[in-house]
Amino acid sequence: MEAVSTPTLTSVVLFIPLVSMFIILLLREDTQSEYIRWGALIGSLLTFAASILLWLSYDPAQPGLQMAQRSTWIALSATDATYNISYYVGVDGLSLLLVILTTFIMPLAILSSFRSHVLVERGREKLYYAFMLLLEWAMIGVFVAQDLFLFYIFWEVTLVPMYFLIGIWGAEERIYAAVKFFLYTMAGSILMLLAILFVGTQAQSFALPDIIAKVQANPDLFPFGGLFSTQSFLFLGFLIAFAIKVPVWPLHSWLPDAHVQAPTAGSVILAGVLLKMGTYGIVRFCLPLFPQASIEWAPIVSVLAIIGIIYGAWVSYAQTDVKKLVAYSSVSHLGFVVLGIFALNSQGIQGGILQMVNHGISTGGLFLLVGMLYERRHTKAMSAYGGIWKVMPVFGGISLVIALSSMGLPGLNGFVGEFTILLGTFGSPYLGFFFALFATLGVILAAVYILYMFQKVFMGEVDKEENKNLPALHWQELAVLIPIVIVIFWIGLQPGTFFGAMDASVNQLVTQVTSAASNVVMR
Amino acid sequence: METYAQLVPLVVLIPLVGMLINVFWGARLGGRWPGIIGSTAAILAFIVSGLLYFYLIGNDYRAVVVNPPFLNAWISIPSGDMFIPWQMRVDTLSVTMMLVVTGVGSLIHIYAIGYMLGDSRYARFFAYLNLFLVFMLVLVTGNNFLMMFVGWEGVGLCSYLLIGFWFDKARGEGWKNSNAARKAMIVNRIGDFGLLMGIFLIFWTFGTLDYFTPGEIANPHLAEELALEAEHAAEAEAAAVEGEAAPEGEQAAEGEVVAEAAVIEGEAAPEGEQAVEGEGVAEAAVIEGEEGHGGEAAVVYTNNDHIPTEMLGVFGKTERLLEEGGHIVNFGPFSLPFETVLVLITLFMLVGATGKSAQIPLFIWLPDAMAGPTPVSALIHAATMVTAGVYMMVRSNVFYYNADLTSLIVTLVGAGTALVAGFIAIGQWDIKRVLAYSTISQLGFMVAAVGIGAYSAAMFHLVTHAFFKALLFLSSGSVIHGMEHGHHHVHEHGHGHHDDTPFDPQDMRNMGGLRRKMPVTYRVYLIGTLALAGIFPFAGFWSKDEILADSWLVGLFDNNVGGYIALGLLLLAAFFTAFYMWRQMEMVFYGQPRTEAAEHAQESGPVMTWPLVGLAILSVFGGFMNTPENVLGLDGIFGAHRFTYFLEHSVVHAHAAEFQPVIALGALALALFAFFAARTIYGAGHALVRGSRDPLAVRPETSPIWRLAHARLYWDETYFRLFENPFNRTAKFLADTLDWAFWHDYFHNTVLRNGFDALGQFLSKPVDLGLIDGIVNGIGRLARWLAGRLRGVQTGYVRTYAVTVLLGVVLVIVILLLPLFTQAGGG
Repeated sequence: MEAVSTPTLTSVVLFIPLVSMFIILLLREDTQSEYIRWGALIGSLLTFAASILLWLSYDPAQPGLQMAQRSTWIALSATDATYNISYYVGVDGLSLLLVILTTFIMPLAILSSFRSHVLVERGREKLYYAFMLLLEWAMIGVFVAQDLFLFYIFWEVTLVPMYFLIGIWGAEERIYAAVKFFLYTMAGSILMLLAILFVGTQAQSFALPDIIAKVQANPDLFPFGGLFSTQSFLFLGFLIAFAIKVPVWPLHSWLPDAHVQAPTAGSVILAGVLLKMGTYGIVRFCLPLFPQASIEWAPIVSVLAIIGIIYGAWVSYAQTDVKKLVAYSSVSHLGFVVLGIFALNSQGIQGGILQMVNHGISTGGLFLLVGMLYERRHTKAMSAYGGIWKVMPVFGGISLVIALSSMGLPGLNGFVGEFTILLGTFGSPYLGFFFALFATLGVILAAVYILYMFQKVFMGEVDKEENKNLPALHWQELAVLIPIVIVIFWIGLQPGTFFGAMDASVNQLVTQVTSAASNVVMR
Repeated sequence: METYAQLVPLVVLIPLVGMLINVFWGARLGGRWPGIIGSTAAILAFIVSGLLYFYLIGNDYRAVVVNPPFLNAWISIPSGDMFIPWQMRVDTLSVTMMLVVTGVGSLIHIYAIGYMLGDSRYARFFAYLNLFLVFMLVLVTGNNFLMMFVGWEGVGLCSYLLIGFWFDKARGEGWKNSNAARKAMIVNRIGDFGLLMGIFLIFWTFGTLDYFTPGEIANPHLAEELALEAEHAAEAEAAAVEGEAAPEGEQAAEGEVVAEAAVIEGEAAPEGEQAVEGEGVAEAAVIEGEEGHGGEAAVVYTNNDHIPTEMLGVFGKTERLLEEGGHIVNFGPFSLPFETVLVLITLFMLVGATGKSAQIPLFIWLPDAMAGPTPVSALIHAATMVTAGVYMMVRSNVFYYNADLTSLIVTLVGAGTALVAGFIAIGQWDIKRVLAYSTISQLGFMVAAVGIGAYSAAMFHLVTHAFFKALLFLSSGSVIHGMEHGHHHVHEHGHGHHDDTPFDPQDMRNMGGLRRKMPVTYRVYLIGTLALAGIFPFAGFWSKDEILADSWLVGLFDNNVGGYIALGLLLLAAFFTAFYMWRQMEMVFYGQPRTEAAEHAQESGPVMTWPLVGLAILSVFGGFMNTPENVLGLDGIFGAHRFTYFLEHSVVHAHAAEFQPVIALGALALALFAFFAARTIYGAGHALVRGSRDPLAVRPETSPIWRLAHARLYWDETYFRLFENPFNRTAKFLADTLDWAFWHDYFHNTVLRNGFDALGQFLSKPVDLGLIDGIVNGIGRLARWLAGRLRGVQTGYVRTYAVTVLLGVVLVIVILLLPLFTQAGGG
């Protein structure tokens, strides 16, 4: 499908949150707080509805961009060429599901904030929901942007609302966590910016599809000569920025701080969507732009990913703070995603993309559960709980499903992703048996920490007085959890809906990477 | 009859519906309703399994692959040539398992109606039980390894939920229960890791995970044989018609085979099969076209030669590749000969089997699993789930048959486990724990049978064991129930003193003399004991004897040392079996009551005793389904090797073992001797000496050995020291020291922050001196400024700060873009 300059559905999805934000900003905080809340929810729900429409109008047989819009934004012309920076958005199989994930998580995060006591205590509700919508806009922007510059701008913009969400409505050490989050990501971003500038000038374009076409036509566009050559440095420039966001071990140090200090909705968005910007970036930019470097670096990055899988799970098991436990589990889970991507075959990458969605659902769900416990008991220490299943049977049952999904129980969503990733890793010409062997150990460790957490919180006697009369789930809380449970089963039993959407695009990507690499070898 | 096979999704759906009803409405229904709903679901599933059985009987055992309704393909990645469907398989092996699971399962469900009555989570219990049936039936009906894996982990989940069912019991009991549940799940996950690796290997070796593709004949050898026999029979018949009267006796002897073969010929047209098997239609049509057959002409295939290799399932492909020989399999960066790959696959799968079927080295979870309610122990941890590993290996018999090295290891694992667990069982006090170790030991028999290639004997023992072990567990539940009853009785009537010391109704030291108090339970327990010990003519005799005979024959004729090893170890294990079972009989049922609770124990109600009677009948007669030839003329009544012939249609390497009188009599004598020994040691009021000590523990010559058994060979403790403790310590070290103290606090908060600071200082000086141009100036300021901010972070103005950072970024961008703009201006 050709890119047009008139607005497409993609732009509609992108701008509904921003428009909603401005509407909310017009409301009065003191008298219209109900409207603010529901307005934010409705705005995000509308975005979700539009994104579903986007999905329905998406043709899964076409690998390329669809519903694309392209208009020149900043025209730059040099002596011999033009490098235009454009507003260029569109979706393909790589980004579609992540857009849907974003629009799916956001209403849940907003709805879960309705009953948050932090908002009551600290106030500034209008600002809070405005930031949420701004964040949604920027995150969707990251996933739909097809211009390197536009992407970079959205990438940076996501930092700001998240920074404030943590910094204003976070827990005790919120400011430290917020600054660390900001600086860490910024450090990586600057490397990426340099790489973007180099790529843009070299390719004389900032439009990603154009650059990829040029790379395909001329594999030497970014000269490659081993682990340390121009192409590899560019690859690393992007990769480090993304790896920090993921986070790939050992760049994860900001994550436990940010997660633990963020308010529930913040953690949910952080785990649910923001981390995926990193893994998505790798798929979107690193692989097609720098195919040879990707292949050359695949084993090294995969080793880091596997260390992350095992290390994250192991560290997670030793936590006493339930939120921190879930935070470290993200390091482990996203290790799987990165591993799948660098398997560089269809199974690995499709598994990786699906696992991004799965992790968003499961870990987002876990943070929601932790938040609901926190609202009742105002503590995140696991030792303060015990036997909650008896007190809140419905909550316990739902928690079990979400925990099992995070653990990768077959029939639920997590398994499908992990299985395809590991299968891809096993069959990858660049990785193979031992990579799969060690990564599969993560499956055991996942059971270790998840079951430990579940036992600590939900099983055993109810021996603490404070736990004996916890209120049952509110209907709003149920409304947040039930969609998650439905999606968990849906992906677990019928992932075809999701794989189908990305198959053509991933296939094209794999072909691009392998063919570019083989071109060089032939010479 | 054809359409019966289409019912197979129902065996999964019915328990699923039962579960959903109990989850959403069970508690509201109240009373016995949840139990009745759960049991009804189980019984209906059993009826469907029965229909499937009759389908097989009526259609010369032709396997059918059914695509379940509502579900599309499962994991399908066209660009990666990966297609894993939801597909169910009806063949003699899966139907055998279905009948066992739903049949024994139904009886246990009914029993649980009474056993669990009054529990605060009565409805949830039946929901779990039905969920278990769902997963177990997925496990056995799936037509590919991944569906088996779904069931495999699913039953593990149910096991987890049910072991931890009483997670909230007082006095730390609940915590212990949930520990046991967690242990079971994690140990099983270690096994699952192996199974997963096996599945990856299978996928990249064969390109599919399907056992057999639709239309493929599972056992072409048998099909060809039967076709040949049918031909002969037809000729003979023709001759008979011509008047050259064939001797009738001979015909009668061939009886069944002829009849079977005739059916094949009679119903030659495989239309039904094609119609059933969606995909198979196209395939078969293409093949027929190629071979030039007319569309109408019905071709009866007696082998799979018409199917191209890439269209075969994993087992067919294995045989084809082995036949061709010399295949090398490429896995990414390395490649291996096909035969080696088979060894690897089977070894990894064995790891899975040792987890689920509680074999060395992963058996340690099963004894703890007895924390679950007794019907759970009977259903999941004795009769069905734990046999999944055996089922898997029998299902993959083509792999194991062709992997000699693995088979030897399997033999050693199985026979070793049988012996070790049998030995440990003699030193246990807990009535259920004895049975748990006994289960491990019997599973060892089955695994050893797989190792020596006696696949049908393994399945036979699986089936009979399901009968008598479920019987024993349920009876022990009845005993426990009776003891609890007695205990309450004592309390209510003020017999004993009202102390709060916990009373353990499962400790055999508290029992004795229950024969008179619980006559039905006693009788069925005795039957279970005789069956388990392998006393003629109870079920266990036939199945255990077939394994022993097979190992003997394998050693003798195949010159396979594994056979002799298996025979020796298993005979010893069989001795222990009989010994600990009779020890149990003496301690529980004979002698005098040793506590007031035992004194006042009461027989359980009919809803519990009737299922026991049902299982007892099966334990008595179950063995006759596979009686060998020429034993006291029994084959004349029950037929010879019927079960093996049934299985042969789906288990390629199943074979019937000849009866070995020496082995059978030897084993029988050994069991009787063990009974006698146990009777001598524990009988006549000597069950316990000096208060509460085991007679064997008191005698100096047996005391060290008994203590070793009592301490379970220190197996758990060793694991704790070798694995669990180091694992936990490492976790603490990684989390607290490496990740937090060093990486988080020291490296980030000290090294990085100070480094930043220093860099800022360094860069700002040259700037003042004006030696560095604008770009570095900007970066330097930024760095210094950032460092300063980091220091003052606790008191800084958050928002101003963030906004300035943003401005800084914009500044950097502008500076970096400047060359472009100047270029543009120049142009």
